[in-house]
Amino acid sequence: MGYPHPSHPKETVVLSEYFGDADARTYAGWVKRGGYEALRTALAMEPQAVIDTVKAAGLRGRGGAGFPAGVKWDFMPKQKSKAHYLCCNADESEPGTFKDREIMRWTPHALIEGCAIAAHAIRAETVFIYIRGEFTEPIRVMQAALDEAYKEGVLGKSAMGTGVPIDIYIHRGAGAYICGEETALMNSIEGKRGNPRIRPPFPAAYGVFGMPTTINNVETLTSALHIIKRGSDWYKGLSLSNPKSTGTKLMSVCGNVVRPGNYEITMGFPMKELIYDLCGGVHDGRTLKAVIPGGSSVPVLTKEEAEACLMDYEGVVEAGSMLGSGGMIVFDDSADMVYQMMRIAKFYAHESCAQCTQCREGTAWTVRILEKILSGKGEMGDLDLLLDVGEQMTGKTICVLADSCAAPVGSAIKKFPEEFEAYIKGARSPAGVFA
Amino acid sequence: MAEQQLVTCSIDGIEVSVPKGTSVLEAAKQAGVLVPHYCYHPGLPVAGVCRMCLVEIEGIPKLQIGCATQVADGQAIRVNTSDEAQRARKGVLEFLLINHPLDCPICDQAGECELQNYVFQEGQASTRYSPTYAKRFDPVEDFGGDILYVPNRCILCTRCVRFMEHAADDTILNVSERGDRAFIGIHPDRELDHPWAGNVVDLCPVGSLLSKDFLHKARAWELDRTPSVCVGCAQGCNVNLDTRGHAVVRVRPRPNLEVNQYFMCDHGRTTYRLMNHGDRLEAPLVRETGELVAVDWDHALARAAQIVKGATGKAVLVGSASASNEALFLARRMLDGFELTAAVHVPSVGDDVPLAGVPDLALRSERVPNARGAAALGYSDDFDGALRAVAGANLVVVLDGDLDGVTPEALEQAGNVILIGTVLPDVARVARVVLPSTNVAEEDGTFVNRDGRVQRYLQAKPSPGMARPAWWILGELGMELGGGEPIGNAEEAFAELARSVAAFDGLSYGKLGVGGAVLAAATAAGVRS
Amino acid sequence: MHDTTAHGPVFTGERRTRLDEILARYPTKQAGLLPALWMAQEAHGWISDAAMAEVAEVLELTPAYVKGVVTFYTMYHRHPVGKYFIQVCTTTPCNICGAEGVVEAFLRETGCGELGATSDDSRYTVIEVECLGACGFATPVMINDDFIEGVTPENVPDVLKRYA
Repeated sequence: MGYPHPSHPKETVVLSEYFGDADARTYAGWVKRGGYEALRTALAMEPQAVIDTVKAAGLRGRGGAGFPAGVKWDFMPKQKSKAHYLCCNADESEPGTFKDREIMRWTPHALIEGCAIAAHAIRAETVFIYIRGEFTEPIRVMQAALDEAYKEGVLGKSAMGTGVPIDIYIHRGAGAYICGEETALMNSIEGKRGNPRIRPPFPAAYGVFGMPTTINNVETLTSALHIIKRGSDWYKGLSLSNPKSTGTKLMSVCGNVVRPGNYEITMGFPMKELIYDLCGGVHDGRTLKAVIPGGSSVPVLTKEEAEACLMDYEGVVEAGSMLGSGGMIVFDDSADMVYQMMRIAKFYAHESCAQCTQCREGTAWTVRILEKILSGKGEMGDLDLLLDVGEQMTGKTICVLADSCAAPVGSAIKKFPEEFEAYIKGARSPAGVFA
Repeated sequence: MAEQQLVTCSIDGIEVSVPKGTSVLEAAKQAGVLVPHYCYHPGLPVAGVCRMCLVEIEGIPKLQIGCATQVADGQAIRVNTSDEAQRARKGVLEFLLINHPLDCPICDQAGECELQNYVFQEGQASTRYSPTYAKRFDPVEDFGGDILYVPNRCILCTRCVRFMEHAADDTILNVSERGDRAFIGIHPDRELDHPWAGNVVDLCPVGSLLSKDFLHKARAWELDRTPSVCVGCAQGCNVNLDTRGHAVVRVRPRPNLEVNQYFMCDHGRTTYRLMNHGDRLEAPLVRETGELVAVDWDHALARAAQIVKGATGKAVLVGSASASNEALFLARRMLDGFELTAAVHVPSVGDDVPLAGVPDLALRSERVPNARGAAALGYSDDFDGALRAVAGANLVVVLDGDLDGVTPEALEQAGNVILIGTVLPDVARVARVVLPSTNVAEEDGTFVNRDGRVQRYLQAKPSPGMARPAWWILGELGMELGGGEPIGNAEEAFAELARSVAAFDGLSYGKLGVGGAVLAAATAAGVRS
Repeated sequence: MHDTTAHGPVFTGERRTRLDEILARYPTKQAGLLPALWMAQEAHGWISDAAMAEVAEVLELTPAYVKGVVTFYTMYHRHPVGKYFIQVCTTTPCNICGAEGVVEAFLRETGCGELGATSDDSRYTVIEVECLGACGFATPVMINDDFIEGVTPENVPDVLKRYA
């Protein structure tokens, strides 16, 4: 549901059913709502059967990459020779994305349940939920739920009395976007700088503490619980169009819309309806200008592209961007695309871990060129330079942070060249602090 | 040992077979192709961060880093024949120069700077970074010990951090901050004075970490580089002596995986100072009416031969564990007919100071380079015994030996004293003949390290005055005494040694090559070969 | 609450016990670094070199290593901050909803004047932060551990009433 707004009839409410329902936060409340049935079912299944069910459901990673979750679980060694770990990625830091926060705030036991199911599937005894440091409230809520789950015997040496040991701990981040990258997250758990690691080795072979590890996003793990509960056919059947994108997706919609919030839609839902019907469109007197559909790291869509876009992994790619984490930033005609691209670039420059040359230097350089344009000192050549610098930042580094800076900026230059040119040609006065 | 599995790939069209698991970068070296790189160093764990070594591999859509990618059988890898890889490297170079000052004219690294070299080789002629932006600026920081950190020049390759963490096992450096604000930080209450810390200066690919000792002393292009062996201890680290004119200005490690990998200790780095000492013997001296007077070599050698010939019975050879095998051998052979006491002094200082992360590498407590060679050539380490024997000897030959503890009276009593050395100690002023010899930087020769590895060192600078290598002096003396073939160079002296001493059997300068070879006895004892 | 003067050891008594409990979750002591640093900051309000040295000792790390990690994570304060540490999100989604106006309002109302500075009465420090992860509730603001949604320039004075 579009928390903090009431559910819209066009939503398909699965994960967000209890958003805003404080009673669902407690163990008793969760059980009353059918909670922990899925975990009980899963624990009675062979781990491989759990994996196969999730695989059959076609659940894809909700953190941004969209990799099939069941396939990822299947990479884990079947013969357990050392400790296995599950890391739940709750570092939700991609500008525009705020769905995992609501899952944790309102349905902490759903996440615990999802984690425990996945832990059983991959034979992990220990789960770390890595929550970004700024999420003080979700951390409090999750910790209270964990304490309850231990007290009720859901977790511990014998999860739900089945003899399967499952421990779940919260590991609090401390202010670093890049820790949402899975290998950086593992380094951060290990007490290191959150530097992404070079791959191979992949986490399933050599993950956190050098042990086989799977990392899944909060929404992915929570979705798994519903798949176990209601079956893979049901989940697959939720897709409106594309068999490769199944189930529901929480879309965080923010920016210049009347009702920003988290909307749960089935894969294949039209973006136009999401913006205009569910979110109430842009404010009176304004018109839609652009949408960044998958968190700030993906290319910008124009109004036309956005309105024609179907929201699933393939559909958004077809429209010229990516579904990413499902964080939609909506810009109306009051938005200054040049200034906002500078803000996005500044974000990435601030968050670059400093390892790779292209990222460390390229993100900062991108900011400077954009600031130069904003201050009215830009030259036409700066636009080509930005695109070229962006190309040098794409596909050449350990992780995709540099790419994430280049993609929105490059797309904005291509799709809204007149806004950049207006600054360069003096048709627009220097903006904000650059005036 | 099991056969190593080989994989064959091609690099810029050059086919090469390498052991399975070899990185693209190392395989390319085998093919004679240098993949430009900064963060990679064969002696350190792979970081994969500079992104300079991006190469194109057929069948893989994205460029891959050569340092962390293992070659696979049948792969076609393109380094210099790939436009995309070259463009990516150009990009990295441009990015690195954004914040790097163009202060090459005052930078010690200029001329041996990997940033300068690669930019010159394949970078862009000019930057597109607008001059209106300020470059990052941080003041120079004294890291303590011998090391200065110039953050403005730092390209954050992290070699220094990895060296201190993994090789030295003393994590006192870090990467601090993030993004383009990052720099190399140091422990707030410590100095970079680890006994092996000097390696970070060598490892730094740019002029960001500098040696205070070498600061502004010379430009890299003025230096001549000569392979040598460190005389600081018995480890036998392979080194290069960098000389400008007639002075050695620094000692730096030369890779030898069997001995020192890529490193040397800070004590070893200071040894160049001894090589430049001013108070040298520059002319042969003979005693005439109570005074030592300078003469020519013919005169001096004739006098020395006369003394040796005239003596019989007990002789003492006061050797040096810093003398070459060639000299030690010839001196020993010259005195074969005597009732001989031959010994060297092996000074011991404290405990070994290991480089923790590298097996079998330490600054050894035995602070001489050739104790093992001297032992193999029949010199005892009962140096005190030899000194005591001086008083009752009929002939004393001092081969650059340490005479501390010998009284002038004892030498006086011995009477027939011949000194071959680089300096004339006061106590040896009673010698009959003094023959000036060269030091390690001024001659060719070999040492045997503590593990029995025989290693060559080469002449790096001219000798002062009339000083000659000890092997030459002893060869000439041998001629005077018994004829035979003259010894024209150190290689011939070594050949003679190898023919005569079983432990050296089969060895020659050719066989020693640049990496050395292990003594027969040492091999038998299970020492690494 | 933000003690910047009496810097006794962090890991004694109850805190030591709590740290030991946390360490038991991980196979390495090093993994306790982020939690230990949080505890140090909780104790003193910021993380001094002395605190880093203590953390290093407790976890068998070096102070240089610890400092490298501390400087990576922006939530660890390396200097004393005001009693109320105010973080305003100004990244794109909030920015287009007027976050920069919220920053100005906080700077004005707290008397801090400029970003990163602490007000003369040591009560407030205001900084801009990158995305706080509550983009649908623009503008989110963190004051110490409190997370406040929907802050506008107009309601800043009201918000501040709770942090006097």
